[in-house]
Amino acid sequence: MNSVGQPFAERRATRIVILGGGPAGLYCGLLLKKANPGLQVDIFERNAANVTYGWGVVFSDRTLASFQRADYKTYTQITEQFVIWDSIDVRYRGETIRCGGHVIAAIERRRLLNILQERCAELGVGLHFGVDVSSLADLPMSDLVIAADGVNSFVRREHEELFKPQIEPGKAKYIWLGADKVLDAFNFIFHDTKHGLFQVHAYPFSGTSSTFIVECEEETWQRAGLDSAGEAASLAFCAGLLKDDLNGATLLSNNSRWINFPTLKTRRWHGEIDGHRVALMGDAAHTAHFSIGAGTKLAMEDAIALATALEQYGDIEHALDEYELERKPVVDTFQRAAQESRTYFETLKRYLVLPPMQFAFQLLTRSGRITYDDLHFRDVRFGDRVDSWFALSSRVSADGVRSSEGDLAAPQYAPPPMFAPLQLRGVTLHNRVVFPVMPGALDSGDSDSFLQQQINVIAQGGYGLALTPICAVSPEGRITTDDTGLYDRERRAMWAVFVRDVHGKSAAKVCVQLGHAGRRGATEPRSQGLDRLLREGGWELLSASAFPYTRKSRVPKEISRREMDALRDYFVQSAVAAHEAGFDMLQLNFAQGYLLASFLSPLTNCRRDEYGGSLEARARFPLEVFDAVRAVWPASKPLSVALSATDYVEGGSTVEDAVVVAGWLKERGCDLINVLAGQTTPAGEAPFGRGFLTPLSDRVRNEAGIKTMVGGYLTNSNDMNTILAAGRGDLCVVSPR
Amino acid sequence: MRIGVGLPTTVPGISGRALLEWARLADGGPFSSLGVLDRLVYDSYEPLLSLAAAAAVTGRVKLATTIVIGPIQNTILLAKAAASLDALSGGRLVLGLAVGARKEDYDAAGVAYNTRGRRLAEQLDSLRDIWEEGRVVPKAVRPGGPEILVGGLSDVGYARVARYADGYVHGGGPPRAFARAADKARAAWFDAGRPGAPQLWAQGYFAFGDEAAEAGARYLRDYYAFTGPFAEKIAAGLLTTPQAVAGFVRGYAEAGCDELVLFPTSGDLSQLEQLAAAIGSASEFADSYALPGARA
Repeated sequence: MNSVGQPFAERRATRIVILGGGPAGLYCGLLLKKANPGLQVDIFERNAANVTYGWGVVFSDRTLASFQRADYKTYTQITEQFVIWDSIDVRYRGETIRCGGHVIAAIERRRLLNILQERCAELGVGLHFGVDVSSLADLPMSDLVIAADGVNSFVRREHEELFKPQIEPGKAKYIWLGADKVLDAFNFIFHDTKHGLFQVHAYPFSGTSSTFIVECEEETWQRAGLDSAGEAASLAFCAGLLKDDLNGATLLSNNSRWINFPTLKTRRWHGEIDGHRVALMGDAAHTAHFSIGAGTKLAMEDAIALATALEQYGDIEHALDEYELERKPVVDTFQRAAQESRTYFETLKRYLVLPPMQFAFQLLTRSGRITYDDLHFRDVRFGDRVDSWFALSSRVSADGVRSSEGDLAAPQYAPPPMFAPLQLRGVTLHNRVVFPVMPGALDSGDSDSFLQQQINVIAQGGYGLALTPICAVSPEGRITTDDTGLYDRERRAMWAVFVRDVHGKSAAKVCVQLGHAGRRGATEPRSQGLDRLLREGGWELLSASAFPYTRKSRVPKEISRREMDALRDYFVQSAVAAHEAGFDMLQLNFAQGYLLASFLSPLTNCRRDEYGGSLEARARFPLEVFDAVRAVWPASKPLSVALSATDYVEGGSTVEDAVVVAGWLKERGCDLINVLAGQTTPAGEAPFGRGFLTPLSDRVRNEAGIKTMVGGYLTNSNDMNTILAAGRGDLCVVSPR
Repeated sequence: MRIGVGLPTTVPGISGRALLEWARLADGGPFSSLGVLDRLVYDSYEPLLSLAAAAAVTGRVKLATTIVIGPIQNTILLAKAAASLDALSGGRLVLGLAVGARKEDYDAAGVAYNTRGRRLAEQLDSLRDIWEEGRVVPKAVRPGGPEILVGGLSDVGYARVARYADGYVHGGGPPRAFARAADKARAAWFDAGRPGAPQLWAQGYFAFGDEAAEAGARYLRDYYAFTGPFAEKIAAGLLTTPQAVAGFVRGYAEAGCDELVLFPTSGDLSQLEQLAAAIGSASEFADSYALPGARA
């Protein structure tokens, strides 16, 4: 009975109905009944008591602690049935790389359900198997209906306006199989076949059996003929694929079929439907890609949270609010990690260029939740091997030519990756940390003391490379009146002193960044904001097309071919001057809405000549400048480009474009890309935060096959070591904390 | 890290005289600023007028809005009021602006709620120019006019900090929430090539003693009733002992906060005295946690 007559605030539940007899439904049922024996709890399950899909489910130690508090009896029974291991094996290119210290436990799904069913029966929860509920009207009246009926929950599907679900199907195909094989670790297995790459997630779940999840891209799946294969044929294919890994064990199917993993998010987790108060739980409310092994864990934690809230608050509505408020942020965090992990596995192909150790490290740190320091802490031998491998791969021979790895023995111990050298042409950086010379008053009476102060910071900081702010190639190329450049004798002399002093006081190399402000020029110094038009003075602005940067900016002139020639020559003259000033490295700015970047983005280039239109046409002039500079910049010195990897604006440049441009630059002798993003127009919304540029650097580096420099607010050694060891970048630009 | 105190302008029923007495007492205490909140549809005082009155009875503390709901105000009038307040107070105004969180205030002001982001951006884009032009405002005490802070938690909010403002003002919560927001503000700032570092401001609520704590929690539940069940979390975050204040101050200092404004939940002057005593020891602690090289 619905307790209609009672005052709202005192409406305690007397009857609760649970849809779905999976781990979440059963666990919530028993917890509710245990806390309040007077409560009537009924669970309705479509299948018979012993029919279940799947093989094993995994839990981490943190989840186990919450089980222990929630119900000690089932906790003991579950842990007695556990298979526990602490290693992850990555099997790739014929090598097996093992990393320990990841405490993971698994249990056979069927045993877990049996334990929970028994406990439910013992506590007096009503269990109704083989009952197919397809409408809320079929249910007895209750104070609360808990829909724990899985990802296809009919309650959620029929009331989308209330729960506002979003389902995104995964791009990859996967199949859930088992094997009578004992494994001593979680296994990530990769097989690059003639059809394409197959990846396997395998883990033990009982004393005799293991789960094998086989996953591949949709195209690979089709090429292998699996789109038309039935259960038996799919099983046979996978058994063939895993022949060496199974080592004689039998692969098993349990109604298994190929599916795409659906990622489900719901805006609201509870609401009222035709007089029924309904709460979603577990897979009915949210899913997280199987590669982080959190689905059952999240569902059972939901069960604990809802049972606790109902116990704590007399008012059901209040309890449901509390449940949603408590669980949603946790689930969001896991879904973000799962999303990262899912994307990683869907786009894994790009990492096949990485050597096995780096491939394994990239895999283990894919979700962003596990870092270099975590892995060192969990398995110091693995950590040492990573350092040692990184040092070996960075080793530079006396004549400055990199030796091949095979010729050299790895050092037993090595410093962390950030302290490994990097060879770029004839220049060796003694470590991977880049100090950006701070923007400031570089063109005033104080500039010498400002630069001296920066030199001291560089000398004391032990950096491998110092990177100047953008130096203008002409007076009109300055962004603000605080900027400097390499366009006259006085300024060249100032930079020559700077380079001399950095070299004199430290082991750091010095890279000059050359650029032209384009339509962002002639602005006030940035102490009080960006892109504020000069109040007095100013000059004509040039850009690929005649669009102002902000609504208050001066409208630039569309640069003519003659002016493009002059501009290219300014870059060449500044490059020659940079060499004479002693700079070790040069970086051309193709980023953040400045002149050369304005050619690259379709948002800022609508030219009708051969420099506008397709990406190839838009890149033509920037590449001409690159070629001209490469021709005069000494072959022994590296040349890099700062490139906007995305505009963060619909219809603007994307990371795919950046990969293509980076590829063209590489062909032309570019040694490194400094991956930047945004500011093409003031509208771009970057996802600011620690390391926000890292995913872009990862893609440019591994898809274009070029070394990258990455910043994006890096302030600690752990972030940098993780990026470097995983091959997401080759140099890290630090930010002040 | 500096510590400021809020002026209880949003505590219902407080008298004008009590507010001025509070301001006068705060000026003599260890506080570096007096903060005010903004809420249109509530039993509360107008923030800039309150600070103008406070300016007349104080001589030392900065006068900070954390925040004023910018988009519901006419920009040129706001520019003039802020410049006037800055001039009247001898250059002590810190103008924090944000979109706020209540549609109700927009409805009452007759401003479309869905234009708030764009309006704030346009306002930020204009304020400094109006002050510098000097056509409608008194002569600025400082070049460029008052310091501007921007609040908010969206990606575009941090971009606005970097593009238009001198710093960021956080809306409240545990130190780790502030730390995440501060990282975003700094990331945006350095990405934009701004010199130095953004000024990072934050706030919290306090009420000492059982009775005051209970009343304070009641007040917060009422003040934040529009957030639904979240009001309970805000009330639970109330700092009710010197120990809690010390922990909060330490957490914010470690996360790199420049100025933490602690807001009262009642106008009882003994609360101000107790806070002064509590932060006397806490601020020593905070100083020892200042990050080397963090501040310009």
